[in-house]
Amino acid sequence: MIEIRNICKSFEGRDVLKEISATFEKGKTNLIIGQSGSGKTVLLKSIVGLFDVDCGDILFDGRDTRSMDFKEQKLLRQEIGMVFQNGALFDSLTVEENVRFPMDMFTNKSMKEKVSRLNFCLERVNIKDSNHLYPSEISGGMRKRVAIARAIALNPKYLFCDEPNSGLDPVTSILIDSLIKDITTEFGITTIINTHDMNSVMEIGDNILFISEGLKCWEGKNTQIFNTRNKKLNAFIFASPFSKKFRELKQMEDDE
Amino acid sequence: MDVFYHIGQYFLLLVRVFKKPEKNSIYRHLLVLEIEKLGIHSIGIVAIISVFMGGIITLQLTYNMVSPLMPNYIIGLGNRDTLILEFSSTVLSLMLAGKVGSNIASELGSMRITEQIDSMEIMGVNSASYLILPKIIAVVFMSPLLFIISVACGLFGGLITGPLSGTVTVSTYVNGMTTLFVPFYVYFSIIKTLVFGFLIATVPAYLGYYVQGGALEVGRASTKAVVNTSILILFFDLVLTQLLFK
Repeated sequence: MIEIRNICKSFEGRDVLKEISATFEKGKTNLIIGQSGSGKTVLLKSIVGLFDVDCGDILFDGRDTRSMDFKEQKLLRQEIGMVFQNGALFDSLTVEENVRFPMDMFTNKSMKEKVSRLNFCLERVNIKDSNHLYPSEISGGMRKRVAIARAIALNPKYLFCDEPNSGLDPVTSILIDSLIKDITTEFGITTIINTHDMNSVMEIGDNILFISEGLKCWEGKNTQIFNTRNKKLNAFIFASPFSKKFRELKQMEDDE
Repeated sequence: MDVFYHIGQYFLLLVRVFKKPEKNSIYRHLLVLEIEKLGIHSIGIVAIISVFMGGIITLQLTYNMVSPLMPNYIIGLGNRDTLILEFSSTVLSLMLAGKVGSNIASELGSMRITEQIDSMEIMGVNSASYLILPKIIAVVFMSPLLFIISVACGLFGGLITGPLSGTVTVSTYVNGMTTLFVPFYVYFSIIKTLVFGFLIATVPAYLGYYVQGGALEVGRASTKAVVNTSILILFFDLVLTQLLFK
């Protein structure tokens, strides 16, 4: 479980996060949603420690990251897997080397053990016959899946995904979403996903945190999201013509 | 004030770079790759430039220095000392600042803007050390070797063009090359190349590592890296010449 308490972050005097508190449960896919520029990525990067927060506490299963020394932080980071928006695979390494990288750096496993784990991770994300290709030689969807394979290589306790299905077609997006959801429940990981994709919200959003202009505006389950009276959240989820039509149909259904 | 900020950040980065590596075996492998990429791949261009420059220096000496009052072996001697003292150490380092420096800055800059460095940090890898330390060792290790190759190629260039100009014979040129040889000049230049090698690896690495923005900023960082490294090389050339010749 990850808990954040009153997190604040500003850049050059501009407040990006304003006293955000939330709890992200273990074995659940916890979604952070909001418009572009609302502070989602800053929040995610603050939780993983890429940004130092100005105030507040971040607790990983009760361990306060802000009071940790360098060594403790390093050990904690080995329990974290992260999938970046564009995959962030290392250009100079092949698919296989990318997934093996955390094992090479932090374990003393034999090559046989590493290859076995590597094959397991690649099979888990449905990557076949691409071990020796470079990131530039594979598609965007494959890159995301390799990034997920790399993120789970060390059996992480915590998985962070920054807009994992941005730039992907709807079919591949659904595949990526269900893959993350399956991995989360299968391995009991605390997963936090940044997204503004409403399909993801409906498909895999166990717990949802909506932020707008750096403030927490709403928190709840995906089953509750369409019944909310929060104006900002309604404006966000019913922004597209498709969802507006859905709302109209739902209202008609309710009236009947 | 910006200058002091950058100097501070540069030294803080160096502190991170020289922290104990996570796994020595991986660093050794990276070092070999960097030696090949930054050093071995530079030998060709170093050799070509040095042969031509050796030839040009010899011709300039032939047309401008030789007179009835001067012995002809001055051509070989002049070429040798010019190559050892300035060309093969300073000018060659300026050229390497362009080739190797821009390579380092753009590589690290691209990794930064595509979040590859962030992804290493999340895993708990000391990205500064992993990415920069092998480059520093590779360039510092290869710089004296490239200096020696450059001097040899430059002398060879002079050996070809000198006799071709008709004013100096091969034996007179070789005689000049071996006359009044001061070993200290070689030590002095090797010290210079070590310092310049360190600058060539660290200044572009600093500028590339902290790039913010997109492709445009990576290009700017690359240009900045070449300009700043070149200025620093000339500055340290001045300082080292004053210190070591005093």
